Amino acid sequence: MAHFTKANSVYEWLDQRLALDKLWKVLAAEYWIPKNINFLWAMGVVLMTMFTILLISGIFLLMYYKPDTKLAFDSVNYTIMQEVWFGWLWRHMHAVAASVVFLVIYIHMFTGIYYASYKRGREMIWISGMLLFVTFSAEAFSGYMLPWGQMSYWAAQVITNLFGGIPFIGDDLVVWIRGNFYVSDPTLTRFFMLHVLLMPLIIMAIIGLHFYTLRIPHVNNQDGEEIDFDAEAEKYKAGLKKESKVIPFWPVFLSKDFFVLGVFMIFYFYLVFYHYDFAMDPINFDPANPMKTPPHIYPEWYFLWSYEVLRGFFFNVGPLSAMDMGLIAFGIANVIFFFLPWFDKNDEVAPASRRGGFKVWFWLLVIDMIVLTIWGKLPPTGFNAYIGYVAAVGFLALWAALPAVTARKTGLLWFVILVTLALYVAGYMEYTKALGNGFLIVSLFVIFYLLFFLNPVMVRNRGGAR
Amino acid sequence: MSMANSRRDFLGMVFGGFAGAGGLAALYAMKRTWDPLPSVMAAGFTTVDLSPMKAGELRTVTWRGKPIFILKKPPEENCNHIPDETKKRLVKVGDSEYLVMIGLCTHLGCIPSWEPDKKTFHCACHGGEYDACGVNTFGPPPRPMDIPPFKIEGTKLVLGEEGPEYKKMVGKA
Repeated sequence: MAHFTKANSVYEWLDQRLALDKLWKVLAAEYWIPKNINFLWAMGVVLMTMFTILLISGIFLLMYYKPDTKLAFDSVNYTIMQEVWFGWLWRHMHAVAASVVFLVIYIHMFTGIYYASYKRGREMIWISGMLLFVTFSAEAFSGYMLPWGQMSYWAAQVITNLFGGIPFIGDDLVVWIRGNFYVSDPTLTRFFMLHVLLMPLIIMAIIGLHFYTLRIPHVNNQDGEEIDFDAEAEKYKAGLKKESKVIPFWPVFLSKDFFVLGVFMIFYFYLVFYHYDFAMDPINFDPANPMKTPPHIYPEWYFLWSYEVLRGFFFNVGPLSAMDMGLIAFGIANVIFFFLPWFDKNDEVAPASRRGGFKVWFWLLVIDMIVLTIWGKLPPTGFNAYIGYVAAVGFLALWAALPAVTARKTGLLWFVILVTLALYVAGYMEYTKALGNGFLIVSLFVIFYLLFFLNPVMVRNRGGAR
Repeated sequence: MSMANSRRDFLGMVFGGFAGAGGLAALYAMKRTWDPLPSVMAAGFTTVDLSPMKAGELRTVTWRGKPIFILKKPPEENCNHIPDETKKRLVKVGDSEYLVMIGLCTHLGCIPSWEPDKKTFHCACHGGEYDACGVNTFGPPPRPMDIPPFKIEGTKLVLGEEGPEYKKMVGKA
């Protein structure tokens, strides 16, 4: 056992028993951050703050919310909004934070992609981050259902119905998930449990993992420079603060984080007090009615891109129905980001601006996802259906092309581009009813999906992109 | 040494097997906890008297929380798209024929609306269309609207029970 001496203060007493000094050094005072990073690296702290706000505002909402289909709607829209002092504040803070947290997650993700922060030793950071994205999605969806409005109800109906697409067990699985033949009380109570207990627990555990994954490879920087953190830290501790390439997280780097956080919080509270309605769909102020569907159903803005991939396919191809293709594409869209470190065949860590073809790829992906998001909100009728198809195939094509782009295999890249263009032409002919489930379109899709699944295995790296 | 090792391995395997069996039992309990309750299962029957219905009238009843479309067919009307499919989907109750189907779009489960002048069902969510017999004619729905299990008792329709007419219709008999 360790040797204990009489402590002269409460801090010393605790330090002897809990090594507070050492813990603080490891977590903050000697956790080294490169100097060369911009405001985009502050998004982690912004996210942590948003999560804390969600947790605290959620606790206050939980005290008056009633998870019962007969009471839920009024407990939110009457009790919390009208009766509880400052109930409106917690609700608006919770709803706005739930929405902007996704905005910041997307910025955080695309910063990681832009600066290649997902490769060469940083794969676990990327994977744990993607796990957080998925669990946040589940958390957002289960929470969206709780006010038991019309949009909540039909979102739950549609999302639980998706499981019906699984072969053989689909129909039974849907009943099992709902706990009834339709979305009803047991569905609400189990989603309530997921939202207030299980998902937050999992999220907190993964946040811990996400921080831990940073410990060994350390944070990337604007130039993708490989820094010897131990040597640079020694310089800093020796007083050569100017020469050292690193700074401690506390208090030096956090001061920058706090500035960015401050600007962000102005934006956040502006939304909370003046534009809280952007996070609230008007249809959700009608109580849920299982016997009447609203004319146009769409998810919250942050799910629109994957929703559009789901419904982007509007014609059957041989034995594959439009719905099956949508489900396959939706499945791919939801897991493909996990595999980014392996789809990118180039080992070099550098910002996209210095990576030639990857730069084009990155901005095309951003544009395509914006198009998917916009068209995901529009009704899928007329020419909108075809634009959705182009954007959905485009999304898959970009991922199929990534290994070819990064390994600089121009032949393969052209092949992907040609197949994609052919799919657009075939899709347009199908749209104008000139082509009916022809052999051509079947074989094109076969080539496309083969390309997609075999691509990262086939292509070998041919060195850096310079 | 090897004796001690194998004894240790054996103990390890026994412990692992014991823990595994307990884990499986717990998983089964968790699965059953999420199953619909007996009261939910028992409430799964609805009886509808069809005799007051007029020709061409569409009625929506609730069964297991889902809308059920019942359409009494006027004698001259037909679904022209797929006549065989139509014949298969008609239920004879007394002297008249009816269409009985679950009023949920087979794509993602929205409720299509009946447009009496066009004699079609239109699903606003993703633009799916069905003819008067509930056969999908356009858009993403992968199959015609589903037939709920039913039994005929005189002029009454009992939803939730698989009668001989239902079994014949879905090819279970």
